[in-house]
Amino acid sequence: MKRQLPLIIIFVCGIFMVFQYFIPHENSEFIYEFAALDWPPIIGVFALTLGIISLVRVSATKISKRDEDWQYSIVTLLGLAAMIIAGLPWFGGQTSPAVKWQFDFIMRPIIATIFSLLSFFIASAAYRAFRARSVLASILLISAVIVMIRFMPLGPFTDIVSRTADWVLNVPNLAAKRAIIIGVGLGIISTALKVVLGVERSYLGRD
Amino acid sequence: MKLAEKMFAIDRRWVYLALGLAVLISLKIPFSIPIPISKEARNIYNFIDTLKAGDAVHLAIDYDPSTLAELHPMTLSILKQCFEKKIKVVVTALHQNGPAMAAAALDTAVARHAARSGEQMKNGVDYVFLGYKPYPALIILGMGQNYRIPFPTDYYGVPVDSLPMMKHIQNYDDVKAILNVSGTSATDYWISYGNGRYKVPLAIGVTGVMATDYYPYWQTGQIFGILGGLKGAAEYETLVGTPGKAVQGMKVQMVAHLIIIVFIIIGNIGYFAQRKKREQSV
Repeated sequence: MKRQLPLIIIFVCGIFMVFQYFIPHENSEFIYEFAALDWPPIIGVFALTLGIISLVRVSATKISKRDEDWQYSIVTLLGLAAMIIAGLPWFGGQTSPAVKWQFDFIMRPIIATIFSLLSFFIASAAYRAFRARSVLASILLISAVIVMIRFMPLGPFTDIVSRTADWVLNVPNLAAKRAIIIGVGLGIISTALKVVLGVERSYLGRD
Repeated sequence: MKLAEKMFAIDRRWVYLALGLAVLISLKIPFSIPIPISKEARNIYNFIDTLKAGDAVHLAIDYDPSTLAELHPMTLSILKQCFEKKIKVVVTALHQNGPAMAAAALDTAVARHAARSGEQMKNGVDYVFLGYKPYPALIILGMGQNYRIPFPTDYYGVPVDSLPMMKHIQNYDDVKAILNVSGTSATDYWISYGNGRYKVPLAIGVTGVMATDYYPYWQTGQIFGILGGLKGAAEYETLVGTPGKAVQGMKVQMVAHLIIIVFIIIGNIGYFAQRKKREQSV
Protein backbone atom coordinates (compact mmCIF):
# COMPACT_ATOMS: atom_id res chain seq x y z
CA MET A 1 0.00 0.00 0.00
CA LYS A 2 2.96 2.26 0.72
CA ARG A 3 3.82 2.24 -2.98
CA GLN A 4 0.33 1.72 -4.38
CA LEU A 5 -1.29 4.77 -2.75
CA PRO A 6 1.06 7.33 -4.35
CA LEU A 7 0.63 5.59 -7.72
CA ILE A 8 -3.18 5.78 -7.42
CA ILE A 9 -3.03 9.48 -6.45
CA ILE A 10 -0.74 10.27 -9.39
CA PHE A 11 -2.95 8.30 -11.80
CA VAL A 12 -6.19 9.95 -10.68
CA CYS A 13 -4.71 13.48 -10.66
CA GLY A 14 -2.96 13.01 -14.01
CA ILE A 15 -6.02 11.62 -15.79
CA PHE A 16 -8.22 14.33 -14.25
CA MET A 17 -5.95 17.14 -15.48
CA VAL A 18 -5.81 15.66 -19.01
CA PHE A 19 -9.59 15.31 -19.27
CA GLN A 20 -10.25 18.66 -17.62
CA TYR A 21 -8.09 20.42 -20.16
CA PHE A 22 -10.22 19.16 -23.05
CA ILE A 23 -13.67 19.52 -21.43
CA PRO A 24 -14.78 23.17 -21.30
CA HIS A 25 -18.00 22.32 -19.39
CA GLU A 26 -18.90 24.30 -16.27
CA ASN A 27 -18.94 21.17 -14.08
CA SER A 28 -15.44 20.38 -15.25
CA GLU A 29 -14.46 23.95 -14.47
CA PHE A 30 -16.01 23.75 -11.00
CA ILE A 31 -14.12 20.57 -10.15
CA TYR A 32 -10.94 22.11 -11.54
CA GLU A 33 -11.46 25.23 -9.46
CA PHE A 34 -11.97 23.12 -6.34
CA ALA A 35 -9.31 20.50 -6.93
CA ALA A 36 -6.53 22.18 -8.85
CA LEU A 37 -6.54 25.81 -7.81
CA ASP A 38 -6.75 25.34 -4.05
CA TRP A 39 -4.55 22.35 -3.40
CA PRO A 40 -1.19 23.37 -4.91
CA PRO A 41 -0.99 26.63 -2.88
CA ILE A 42 -1.81 24.64 0.29
CA ILE A 43 0.97 22.17 -0.49
CA GLY A 44 3.20 25.13 -1.39
CA VAL A 45 2.64 26.76 2.01
CA PHE A 46 3.81 23.59 3.76
CA ALA A 47 6.82 23.34 1.42
CA LEU A 48 7.65 26.98 2.15
CA THR A 49 7.40 26.38 5.89
CA LEU A 50 9.73 23.39 5.62
CA GLY A 51 12.15 25.49 3.58
CA ILE A 52 12.18 28.30 6.15
CA ILE A 53 12.68 25.85 9.05
CA SER A 54 15.52 24.19 7.16
CA LEU A 55 17.18 27.53 6.37
CA VAL A 56 16.92 28.69 10.00
CA ARG A 57 18.33 25.39 11.31
CA VAL A 58 21.26 25.34 8.88
CA SER A 59 22.08 29.02 9.54
CA ALA A 60 21.71 28.69 13.33
CA THR A 61 23.98 25.62 13.38
CA LYS A 62 26.56 27.45 11.31
CA ILE A 63 26.50 30.44 13.68
CA SER A 64 26.68 28.34 16.85
CA LYS A 65 29.62 26.30 15.52
CA ARG A 66 31.37 29.40 14.14
CA ASP A 67 31.79 27.65 10.76
CA GLU A 68 33.55 29.39 7.88
CA ASP A 69 31.77 32.66 6.88
CA TRP A 70 29.28 32.24 9.73
CA GLN A 71 28.72 36.00 9.74
CA TYR A 72 26.81 35.73 6.45
CA SER A 73 24.30 33.42 8.14
CA ILE A 74 23.45 36.24 10.55
CA VAL A 75 22.72 38.49 7.55
CA THR A 76 20.57 35.71 6.05
CA LEU A 77 18.51 35.33 9.21
CA LEU A 78 18.18 39.08 9.70
CA GLY A 79 17.04 39.52 6.09
CA LEU A 80 14.53 36.70 6.44
CA ALA A 81 13.13 38.13 9.66
CA ALA A 82 13.03 41.71 8.35
CA MET A 83 11.06 40.79 5.22
CA ILE A 84 8.62 38.54 7.10
CA ILE A 85 7.98 41.12 9.84
CA ALA A 86 7.57 43.96 7.32
CA GLY A 87 5.02 41.90 5.39
CA LEU A 88 2.83 41.05 8.39
CA PRO A 89 -0.75 42.35 8.15
CA TRP A 90 -0.25 44.72 11.14
CA PHE A 91 2.43 46.56 9.17
CA GLY A 92 0.39 46.83 5.96
CA GLY A 93 1.02 43.41 4.37
CA GLN A 94 2.64 43.06 0.97
CA THR A 95 1.98 46.71 0.08
CA SER A 96 3.51 48.15 3.25
CA PRO A 97 6.14 50.91 2.86
CA ALA A 98 8.67 48.71 4.70
CA VAL A 99 8.34 45.89 2.14
CA LYS A 100 8.54 48.41 -0.71
CA TRP A 101 11.61 50.05 0.83
CA GLN A 102 13.40 46.71 1.25
CA PHE A 103 12.58 45.70 -2.30
CA ASP A 104 13.47 49.04 -3.91
CA PHE A 105 16.67 49.74 -1.99
CA ILE A 106 18.06 46.31 -1.12
CA MET A 107 16.72 43.52 -3.32
CA ARG A 108 16.42 45.48 -6.56
CA PRO A 109 20.01 46.85 -6.63
CA ILE A 110 21.47 43.52 -5.46
CA ILE A 111 19.67 41.39 -8.06
CA ALA A 112 20.29 43.90 -10.87
CA THR A 113 24.00 44.20 -9.96
CA ILE A 114 24.60 40.47 -9.80
CA PHE A 115 22.95 39.97 -13.18
CA SER A 116 24.88 42.89 -14.70
CA LEU A 117 28.16 41.24 -13.72
CA LEU A 118 27.32 38.50 -16.23
CA SER A 119 28.30 40.79 -19.10
CA PHE A 120 31.92 40.76 -17.91
CA PHE A 121 32.00 36.98 -17.70
CA ILE A 122 30.33 36.68 -21.10
CA ALA A 123 32.93 39.02 -22.64
CA SER A 124 35.77 36.99 -21.13
CA ALA A 125 34.15 33.69 -22.17
CA ALA A 126 33.59 34.96 -25.74
CA TYR A 127 37.27 35.93 -25.99
CA ARG A 128 38.36 32.44 -24.93
CA ALA A 129 35.69 30.33 -26.64
CA PHE A 130 35.29 31.93 -30.07
CA ARG A 131 38.45 30.54 -31.69
CA ALA A 132 38.45 29.29 -35.30
CA ARG A 133 39.81 25.85 -34.33
CA SER A 134 37.66 23.92 -36.82
CA VAL A 135 35.10 24.46 -39.58
CA LEU A 136 32.17 24.22 -37.14
CA ALA A 137 33.86 26.54 -34.64
CA SER A 138 34.49 29.02 -37.48
CA ILE A 139 30.81 28.94 -38.52
CA LEU A 140 29.81 29.60 -34.91
CA LEU A 141 32.32 32.44 -34.67
CA ILE A 142 31.20 34.11 -37.90
CA SER A 143 27.51 33.76 -37.00
CA ALA A 144 28.11 35.28 -33.56
CA VAL A 145 29.99 38.24 -35.02
CA ILE A 146 27.31 38.87 -37.67
CA VAL A 147 24.53 38.81 -35.08
CA MET A 148 26.51 41.11 -32.76
CA ILE A 149 27.29 43.72 -35.42
CA ARG A 150 23.76 43.86 -36.82
CA PHE A 151 22.90 46.96 -34.76
CA MET A 152 25.98 48.89 -35.78
CA PRO A 153 25.86 51.63 -38.39
CA LEU A 154 28.23 50.18 -41.00
CA GLY A 155 27.54 52.55 -43.88
CA PRO A 156 26.89 50.67 -47.15
CA PHE A 157 27.20 47.29 -45.36
CA THR A 158 24.46 47.98 -42.80
CA ASP A 159 21.66 46.52 -44.90
CA ILE A 160 23.45 43.35 -45.99
CA VAL A 161 24.72 42.65 -42.45
CA SER A 162 21.23 43.19 -41.06
CA ARG A 163 19.68 40.86 -43.66
CA THR A 164 22.35 38.20 -43.08
CA ALA A 165 21.79 38.39 -39.31
CA ASP A 166 18.04 38.03 -39.85
CA TRP A 167 18.69 34.98 -42.04
CA VAL A 168 20.91 33.41 -39.36
CA LEU A 169 18.21 33.99 -36.73
CA ASN A 170 15.21 33.04 -38.84
CA VAL A 171 16.48 30.05 -40.80
CA PRO A 172 19.20 27.89 -39.19
CA ASN A 173 18.50 29.12 -35.66
CA LEU A 174 14.77 28.65 -36.03
CA ALA A 175 15.13 25.18 -37.54
CA ALA A 176 17.26 24.08 -34.58
CA LYS A 177 14.93 25.69 -32.04
CA ARG A 178 11.87 24.11 -33.61
CA ALA A 179 13.50 20.69 -33.57
CA ILE A 180 14.43 21.14 -29.91
CA ILE A 181 10.92 22.34 -28.96
CA ILE A 182 9.23 19.41 -30.74
CA GLY A 183 11.72 16.97 -29.24
CA VAL A 184 11.25 18.36 -25.74
CA GLY A 185 7.46 18.33 -26.19
CA LEU A 186 7.44 14.68 -27.21
CA GLY A 187 9.78 13.87 -24.32
CA ILE A 188 7.47 15.62 -21.83
CA ILE A 189 4.42 13.75 -23.17
CA SER A 190 6.12 10.36 -22.97
CA THR A 191 7.57 11.02 -19.50
CA ALA A 192 4.21 12.32 -18.23
CA LEU A 193 2.42 9.24 -19.60
CA LYS A 194 5.01 6.95 -17.98
CA VAL A 195 4.56 8.69 -14.62
CA VAL A 196 0.73 8.78 -14.79
CA LEU A 197 0.49 5.13 -15.86
CA GLY A 198 2.96 4.02 -13.19
CA VAL A 199 5.67 2.84 -15.58
CA GLU A 200 8.17 5.38 -14.28
CA ARG A 201 8.45 4.96 -10.49
CA SER A 202 11.91 6.25 -9.66
CA TYR A 203 10.41 9.35 -7.99
CA LEU A 204 9.00 7.05 -5.27
CA GLY A 205 12.49 6.19 -4.03
CA ARG A 206 13.81 2.76 -3.15
CA ASP A 207 11.90 1.97 0.08
CA MET B 1 56.40 36.70 -23.66
CA LYS B 2 55.97 37.39 -27.36
CA LEU B 3 53.12 39.47 -28.77
CA ALA B 4 51.30 36.45 -30.24
CA GLU B 5 51.34 34.66 -26.90
CA LYS B 6 50.09 37.81 -25.17
CA MET B 7 47.27 38.10 -27.67
CA PHE B 8 46.37 34.44 -27.15
CA ALA B 9 46.14 34.64 -23.37
CA ILE B 10 45.10 38.12 -22.24
CA ASP B 11 44.39 38.21 -18.53
CA ARG B 12 40.62 38.33 -18.01
CA ARG B 13 40.98 41.41 -15.82
CA TRP B 14 42.03 43.41 -18.90
CA VAL B 15 38.87 42.24 -20.66
CA TYR B 16 36.78 43.35 -17.65
CA LEU B 17 38.54 46.72 -17.52
CA ALA B 18 38.13 47.37 -21.25
CA LEU B 19 34.44 46.46 -21.15
CA GLY B 20 33.80 48.53 -18.03
CA LEU B 21 35.50 51.59 -19.51
CA ALA B 22 33.70 51.16 -22.82
CA VAL B 23 30.33 51.05 -21.05
CA LEU B 24 31.09 54.09 -18.89
CA ILE B 25 32.50 56.19 -21.72
CA SER B 26 29.69 55.34 -24.14
CA LEU B 27 27.16 56.35 -21.49
CA LYS B 28 28.80 59.75 -21.11
CA ILE B 29 29.45 60.56 -24.79
CA PRO B 30 26.30 61.85 -26.51
CA PHE B 31 25.73 60.02 -29.78
CA SER B 32 22.88 58.03 -31.24
CA ILE B 33 22.46 54.97 -33.41
CA PRO B 34 19.59 54.23 -35.79
CA ILE B 35 16.84 51.99 -34.38
CA PRO B 36 15.24 50.13 -37.30
CA ILE B 37 11.75 48.91 -36.40
CA SER B 38 11.12 45.20 -36.86
CA LYS B 39 7.83 43.74 -38.08
CA GLU B 40 7.46 41.87 -34.77
CA ALA B 41 7.51 45.13 -32.77
CA ARG B 42 5.39 47.08 -35.25
CA ASN B 43 2.69 44.39 -35.11
CA ILE B 44 2.23 44.94 -31.38
CA TYR B 45 2.19 48.71 -31.76
CA ASN B 46 -0.33 48.55 -34.63
CA PHE B 47 -2.53 46.11 -32.71
CA ILE B 48 -2.83 48.43 -29.71
CA ASP B 49 -3.11 51.46 -31.97
CA THR B 50 -6.19 50.06 -33.71
CA LEU B 51 -8.05 49.35 -30.44
CA LYS B 52 -10.89 51.65 -29.45
CA ALA B 53 -11.01 53.72 -26.26
CA GLY B 54 -12.52 51.56 -23.52
CA ASP B 55 -11.17 48.28 -24.90
CA ALA B 56 -9.11 46.25 -22.44
CA VAL B 57 -5.80 44.41 -22.67
CA HIS B 58 -4.10 42.16 -20.15
CA LEU B 59 -0.51 43.11 -19.31
CA ALA B 60 1.29 40.21 -17.61
CA ILE B 61 4.44 41.48 -15.89
CA ASP B 62 6.53 38.41 -15.10
CA TYR B 63 10.06 39.58 -14.43
CA ASP B 64 12.34 40.63 -11.60
CA PRO B 65 15.15 43.20 -11.26
CA SER B 66 17.69 40.91 -12.99
CA THR B 67 16.05 41.68 -16.34
CA LEU B 68 14.93 45.18 -15.44
CA ALA B 69 17.16 46.96 -17.97
CA GLU B 70 15.66 45.10 -20.91
CA LEU B 71 12.06 44.62 -19.84
CA HIS B 72 11.05 47.63 -17.76
CA PRO B 73 11.25 50.06 -20.72
CA MET B 74 8.94 47.72 -22.69
CA THR B 75 6.36 47.77 -19.88
CA LEU B 76 6.54 51.55 -19.54
CA SER B 77 6.18 52.08 -23.30
CA ILE B 78 3.20 49.71 -23.56
CA LEU B 79 1.51 51.41 -20.59
CA LYS B 80 2.15 54.82 -22.14
CA GLN B 81 0.50 53.78 -25.40
CA CYS B 82 -2.47 52.22 -23.58
CA PHE B 83 -3.02 55.23 -21.31
CA GLU B 84 -2.84 57.64 -24.25
CA LYS B 85 -5.34 55.56 -26.23
CA LYS B 86 -7.64 55.24 -23.15
CA ILE B 87 -7.27 51.47 -23.27
CA LYS B 88 -7.96 49.76 -19.96
CA VAL B 89 -5.20 47.55 -18.62
CA VAL B 90 -5.52 44.46 -16.42
CA VAL B 91 -2.12 43.85 -14.82
CA THR B 92 -0.97 40.59 -13.19
CA ALA B 93 2.37 39.25 -11.94
CA LEU B 94 3.12 35.53 -11.94
CA HIS B 95 6.72 35.83 -10.72
CA GLN B 96 7.38 36.23 -7.00
CA ASN B 97 9.30 39.48 -7.55
CA GLY B 98 6.88 40.65 -10.21
CA PRO B 99 4.39 42.55 -7.99
CA ALA B 100 6.98 45.11 -6.92
CA MET B 101 8.09 45.57 -10.53
CA ALA B 102 4.50 45.93 -11.72
CA ALA B 103 3.62 48.38 -8.92
CA ALA B 104 6.72 50.45 -9.72
CA ALA B 105 5.95 50.44 -13.47
CA LEU B 106 2.35 51.51 -12.86
CA ASP B 107 3.40 54.31 -10.49
CA THR B 108 5.93 55.58 -13.04
CA ALA B 109 3.56 55.32 -16.01
CA VAL B 110 0.72 57.04 -14.13
CA ALA B 111 3.02 59.87 -12.97
CA ARG B 112 4.47 60.35 -16.47
CA HIS B 113 1.01 60.37 -18.05
CA ALA B 114 -0.17 62.96 -15.51
CA ALA B 115 2.89 65.12 -16.23
CA ARG B 116 2.33 64.89 -20.00
CA SER B 117 -1.41 65.28 -20.24
CA GLY B 118 -2.51 66.52 -16.83
CA GLU B 119 -4.85 63.53 -16.63
CA GLN B 120 -4.68 61.26 -13.56
CA MET B 121 -5.19 57.57 -14.41
CA LYS B 122 -7.14 55.84 -11.64
CA ASN B 123 -6.64 52.36 -10.19
CA GLY B 124 -9.83 50.36 -10.66
CA VAL B 125 -11.10 52.66 -13.39
CA ASP B 126 -8.35 52.97 -16.01
CA TYR B 127 -6.23 50.04 -14.87
CA VAL B 128 -6.38 47.20 -12.38
CA PHE B 129 -3.46 45.51 -10.68
CA LEU B 130 -4.53 42.06 -9.54
CA GLY B 131 -1.23 41.15 -7.92
CA TYR B 132 0.69 37.89 -7.63
CA LYS B 133 -0.30 34.27 -7.23
CA PRO B 134 2.06 31.28 -7.43
CA TYR B 135 1.79 28.37 -9.91
CA PRO B 136 1.51 30.28 -13.22
CA ALA B 137 -0.02 27.45 -15.27
CA LEU B 138 -2.91 27.02 -12.84
CA ILE B 139 -3.46 30.75 -12.49
CA ILE B 140 -3.51 31.28 -16.28
CA LEU B 141 -6.07 28.50 -16.65
CA GLY B 142 -8.07 29.91 -13.74
CA MET B 143 -8.15 33.44 -15.20
CA GLY B 144 -9.37 31.95 -18.47
CA GLN B 145 -12.50 30.89 -16.60
CA ASN B 146 -12.85 33.99 -14.47
CA TYR B 147 -10.34 36.50 -13.15
CA ARG B 148 -12.10 36.30 -9.81
CA ILE B 149 -11.19 32.64 -9.25
CA PRO B 150 -7.47 33.22 -8.64
CA PHE B 151 -7.86 36.92 -7.79
CA PRO B 152 -10.95 37.61 -5.65
CA THR B 153 -9.23 40.83 -4.52
CA ASP B 154 -6.71 43.07 -6.25
CA TYR B 155 -3.12 43.71 -5.10
CA TYR B 156 -4.32 46.31 -2.59
CA GLY B 157 -6.92 44.00 -1.06
CA VAL B 158 -9.95 45.60 -2.74
CA PRO B 159 -12.61 43.07 -3.90
CA VAL B 160 -12.40 42.77 -7.69
CA ASP B 161 -16.20 42.93 -8.00
CA SER B 162 -16.16 46.40 -6.49
CA LEU B 163 -13.77 47.79 -9.13
CA PRO B 164 -15.72 49.69 -11.83
CA MET B 165 -13.37 48.55 -14.61
CA MET B 166 -13.85 44.87 -13.81
CA LYS B 167 -17.66 44.97 -14.09
CA HIS B 168 -17.47 44.06 -17.76
CA ILE B 169 -14.37 41.90 -17.56
CA GLN B 170 -14.94 38.30 -16.57
CA ASN B 171 -12.20 36.37 -18.38
CA TYR B 172 -9.98 36.40 -21.50
CA ASP B 173 -13.05 36.81 -23.73
CA ASP B 174 -13.29 40.37 -22.44
CA VAL B 175 -9.72 41.44 -23.17
CA LYS B 176 -8.48 42.08 -26.70
CA ALA B 177 -5.03 40.59 -26.13
CA ILE B 178 -2.51 39.44 -23.57
CA LEU B 179 0.82 41.24 -23.61
CA ASN B 180 3.33 39.22 -21.62
CA VAL B 181 6.55 40.97 -20.60
CA SER B 182 8.63 38.22 -19.10
CA GLY B 183 12.09 37.12 -18.06
CA THR B 184 10.85 33.71 -16.92
CA SER B 185 9.27 30.52 -18.22
CA ALA B 186 5.84 32.08 -17.57
CA THR B 187 5.85 32.92 -21.29
CA ASP B 188 5.71 29.19 -22.10
CA TYR B 189 2.60 28.87 -19.94
CA TRP B 190 0.98 31.88 -21.60
CA ILE B 191 1.59 30.29 -25.01
CA SER B 192 0.45 26.80 -23.98
CA TYR B 193 -2.55 27.76 -21.87
CA GLY B 194 -3.46 31.40 -22.60
CA ASN B 195 -3.21 31.15 -26.37
CA GLY B 196 -3.31 27.35 -26.76
CA ARG B 197 -6.44 26.72 -24.77
CA TYR B 198 -8.31 30.02 -24.75
CA LYS B 199 -7.14 31.26 -28.18
CA VAL B 200 -6.59 34.76 -26.84
CA PRO B 201 -4.21 36.82 -29.04
CA LEU B 202 -0.81 36.90 -27.37
CA ALA B 203 2.26 39.08 -27.82
CA ILE B 204 5.44 38.81 -25.79
CA GLY B 205 8.33 40.97 -24.64
CA VAL B 206 11.26 38.86 -23.51
CA THR B 207 14.99 39.17 -22.85
CA GLY B 208 17.44 39.04 -25.73
CA VAL B 209 18.65 35.60 -24.64
CA MET B 210 15.09 34.25 -24.62
CA ALA B 211 13.89 35.85 -27.85
CA THR B 212 15.23 33.21 -30.24
CA ASP B 213 13.33 30.53 -28.30
CA TYR B 214 10.01 32.12 -29.23
CA TYR B 215 10.49 32.82 -32.93
CA PRO B 216 8.99 29.42 -33.87
CA TYR B 217 5.74 30.56 -32.20
CA TRP B 218 5.90 33.84 -34.10
CA GLN B 219 6.28 31.98 -37.40
CA THR B 220 3.30 29.75 -36.64
CA GLY B 221 1.15 32.74 -35.64
CA GLN B 222 0.67 31.64 -32.03
CA ILE B 223 2.03 35.01 -30.96
CA PHE B 224 1.38 38.11 -33.02
CA GLY B 225 4.45 40.08 -31.93
CA ILE B 226 7.79 39.84 -30.14
CA LEU B 227 9.85 42.48 -28.41
CA GLY B 228 13.28 40.89 -28.07
CA GLY B 229 15.66 42.25 -25.45
CA LEU B 230 16.98 45.79 -25.32
CA LYS B 231 16.54 46.10 -29.09
CA GLY B 232 12.83 45.33 -28.80
CA ALA B 233 12.48 47.78 -25.92
CA ALA B 234 14.29 50.49 -27.92
CA GLU B 235 12.05 49.80 -30.92
CA TYR B 236 8.93 50.24 -28.82
CA GLU B 237 10.24 53.39 -27.16
CA THR B 238 10.84 54.76 -30.66
CA LEU B 239 7.38 53.69 -31.82
CA VAL B 240 5.58 55.40 -28.93
CA GLY B 241 7.71 58.51 -29.42
CA THR B 242 9.57 58.62 -26.12
CA PRO B 243 13.15 57.42 -26.59
CA GLY B 244 14.37 56.56 -23.10
CA LYS B 245 16.68 54.20 -21.29
CA ALA B 246 16.41 51.41 -23.85
CA VAL B 247 17.39 53.67 -26.76
CA GLN B 248 20.26 55.01 -24.66
CA GLY B 249 21.21 51.46 -23.70
CA MET B 250 21.41 50.39 -27.34
CA LYS B 251 24.49 52.53 -27.96
CA VAL B 252 26.14 51.10 -24.82
CA GLN B 253 25.29 47.59 -25.98
CA MET B 254 26.69 48.33 -29.43
CA VAL B 255 30.00 49.56 -28.00
CA ALA B 256 30.17 46.56 -25.64
CA HIS B 257 29.62 44.21 -28.61
CA LEU B 258 32.33 46.05 -30.49
CA ILE B 259 34.79 45.53 -27.62
CA ILE B 260 33.92 41.83 -27.47
CA ILE B 261 34.47 41.50 -31.25
CA VAL B 262 37.85 43.24 -30.94
CA PHE B 263 38.89 40.77 -28.24
CA ILE B 264 37.65 37.84 -30.35
CA ILE B 265 39.75 39.07 -33.27
CA ILE B 266 42.81 39.56 -31.04
CA GLY B 267 42.35 36.07 -29.60
CA ASN B 268 42.14 34.52 -33.07
CA ILE B 269 45.22 36.37 -34.35
CA GLY B 270 47.12 35.04 -31.34
CA TYR B 271 45.73 31.55 -31.92
CA PHE B 272 46.75 31.42 -35.59
CA ALA B 273 50.19 32.88 -34.87
CA GLN B 274 50.80 30.23 -32.24
CA ARG B 275 49.52 27.45 -34.49
CA LYS B 276 51.81 28.57 -37.30
CA LYS B 277 54.74 28.62 -34.90
CA ARG B 278 53.92 25.11 -33.68
CA GLU B 279 53.67 23.79 -37.26
CA GLN B 280 57.04 25.35 -38.15
CA SER B 281 58.73 23.82 -35.11
CA VAL B 282 57.32 20.36 -35.99
